[in-house]
Amino acid sequence: MLSKNQARLFFLGGTVVFFLIFLALSVNTVSSGIPKKTHSENITEAVVGGKVLFDENNCMGCHTIFGEGAYYAPELTKVIDRRGEAFVKGVLSSKVPWALHGRKMVAYDFSEKEVNDLIAFFKWVNEVDLNGFPPEPDLKK
Amino acid sequence: MKYKSQKVAYMFFALSMVLLLLQIVYGFIMAFAHAGYDGLHEIIAFNTATATHKNLLVVWLLSGFMGAAYYIIPEEAQRELVSVKLVLIQFWSLAIVGVVAVAGFHVGWWEGRKFLEIPRALDYLVVVNVLLFLGIILVTLFKGKEKTTTAMVLAMGLFFAALLYLPGMIWFDNQSMDSFFRWWVVHLWVEGVWELVMGGILAFLLIKLTGVDRELIEKWLYVIVGLTFLSGILGTGHHYYSIGAPKYWLMIGGIFSALEPLAFLGMALFAFAMYRKGEKNHPNKTALYWTLGTAIMSFAGAGLLGIAHTIPQVNMWTHGTLVTAMHGHLAFWGAYAMIVFSIISYSLPLMTGRKLYDTPGAHYAFWLSNIGMIGMTTAFAAAGVAQVYLERKVGLDFMVSQNALHAHFWVLIGAATLFTIGIIYYVVNFFKHGMPTDEALIDNK
Ligand code: HEM
Ligand code: HEM
Ligand SMILES: [Fe+2]
Repeated sequence: MLSKNQARLFFLGGTVVFFLIFLALSVNTVSSGIPKKTHSENITEAVVGGKVLFDENNCMGCHTIFGEGAYYAPELTKVIDRRGEAFVKGVLSSKVPWALHGRKMVAYDFSEKEVNDLIAFFKWVNEVDLNGFPPEPDLKK
Repeated sequence: MKYKSQKVAYMFFALSMVLLLLQIVYGFIMAFAHAGYDGLHEIIAFNTATATHKNLLVVWLLSGFMGAAYYIIPEEAQRELVSVKLVLIQFWSLAIVGVVAVAGFHVGWWEGRKFLEIPRALDYLVVVNVLLFLGIILVTLFKGKEKTTTAMVLAMGLFFAALLYLPGMIWFDNQSMDSFFRWWVVHLWVEGVWELVMGGILAFLLIKLTGVDRELIEKWLYVIVGLTFLSGILGTGHHYYSIGAPKYWLMIGGIFSALEPLAFLGMALFAFAMYRKGEKNHPNKTALYWTLGTAIMSFAGAGLLGIAHTIPQVNMWTHGTLVTAMHGHLAFWGAYAMIVFSIISYSLPLMTGRKLYDTPGAHYAFWLSNIGMIGMTTAFAAAGVAQVYLERKVGLDFMVSQNALHAHFWVLIGAATLFTIGIIYYVVNFFKHGMPTDEALIDNK
């Protein structure tokens, strides 16, 4: 039967081996994978400005982006494709809570620069290669 | 059971109870908003409620883990904690940072990063606090007479949990990089180092409650935490399918995360095997219920409901829907909330000298909270599957499909009410024990 020493060896050995593999893959992902898939050369000052606003206002506290966040409001990764720029600008600069279907969004009343930064951010997000997410609805008539 | 300083655990457990109640309030706010009643929108918008709900969860669990460590380490190391005064400082600073963070969420002082909403400035205070905690625990352990496997695994889990908080504090301009490192915290916590904390507490409880030989229990503890890291580290890849990371994560994340339930299965088999083997004469049956309960419920919530959506072919449809919330609730409840309840149920009678463990209230607490949580999970599951079908498969507009889900949220609210009654029983029973005393700790054999 397995002894306690062998069990300890299994734990320590396994941990070290898998941690090192994980580290190697992470280095590859961070140094070449993500920059390529996200077109990191396209991250302009406006895109960063948009990300800062997205962060400061905790948009992820209602929405998802890349499928991450809360499940109270729509997924925003492809919002520019789905709605178009003008529609999104309308939502962001609205002075009253946006509530097309009853559920309210916070009325941010963003300035024109802020709206443009957020749009730049969404346009950059829109082009990130997400390995096919979100999938095309396959039962759509 | 004979070290006076163990009673500092009481404060941490009491803080856990209070924060849990507050967490539940915010859960109801969100559930009503989902059902169409967002009357608090102007004061507590959904994003405030969700940040508060998730962070209170994390803080009360961490407070419970800290209490567990302060209770277990002296007993395992066979000496008093090195300084009770420092523990008091650590406790109050933890409580203050927690309160300030939650208050901050209500005035927009936060970061929009799920589970890591605490703003950078407060993060530094969290780090100082946790370093103080670790210092007290590690110095006690290394000055102690014994360094048992149970204590080492527990301490190691807490140490790496602290270390892994750091990658979450780096700012990235690139949203994908931000997400990549956010999972180093969130995933490597709950599917990595927190399992060491859980395993350590579970081993301690099984040694005490079943009387089975320590060597045997600790051998299996190594196997379980070995399985955790073998699967869980590369399993991080199940969060990298669709965030702009390379495609190889689909294969690696899919395979290794599908192995993650083995560690939870291991804990369940382990707990029941030790229970069968042991003498069944420990009087504290309530602690035993919670201990065996956490072993089963963590396998159900983390293991089964985890594997249900971890394969890339499934996850591409369910990713970022209420299916995730279904799993999140039962996993956190079964693994981490219930292990904290287990150690509280075990240690409280010993610290206070009041043996309230076979009361009707203690039984109601166990059954109502668990049945309620299973009901909540089922409601989230129904809502999640319907959402995936309507929004992802049929392609309905997000809000059109959401408005079809109200009924599921009323079921959620009903089940959550049952759950909350159970929790109230537990908390009332907790405070009925009164304060811990030196006499109680010394009297125990
Ligand atoms: C009365 C009890 C509760 C109610 C009504 C409730 C309700 C909710 C709701 C509506 C959400 C938001 C889902 C969304 O993003 O749209 C949520 C999120 C969450 N809650 Fe609760 N909750 C309750 C108790 C708990 C407990 C006890 C735990 C942990 C043990 C918990 C853990 C979580 C987690 C981890 C999330 C984030 C889930 C995710 O985004 O995947 N909740 N809760
Ligand atoms: C006690 C252990 C666990 C806890 C507390 C837990 C909790 C959670 C939470 C809260 C989330 C949502 C995270 C977010 O969106 O920020 C999540 C996501 C996820 N979990 Fe777990 N989990 C556990 C174990 C597992 C295991 C063992 C598996 C696999 C077998 C698993 C599979 C997943 C998957 C695939 C997702 C991503 C869902 C999505 O794509 O939206 N989890 N988990
Ligand atoms: Fe995970």
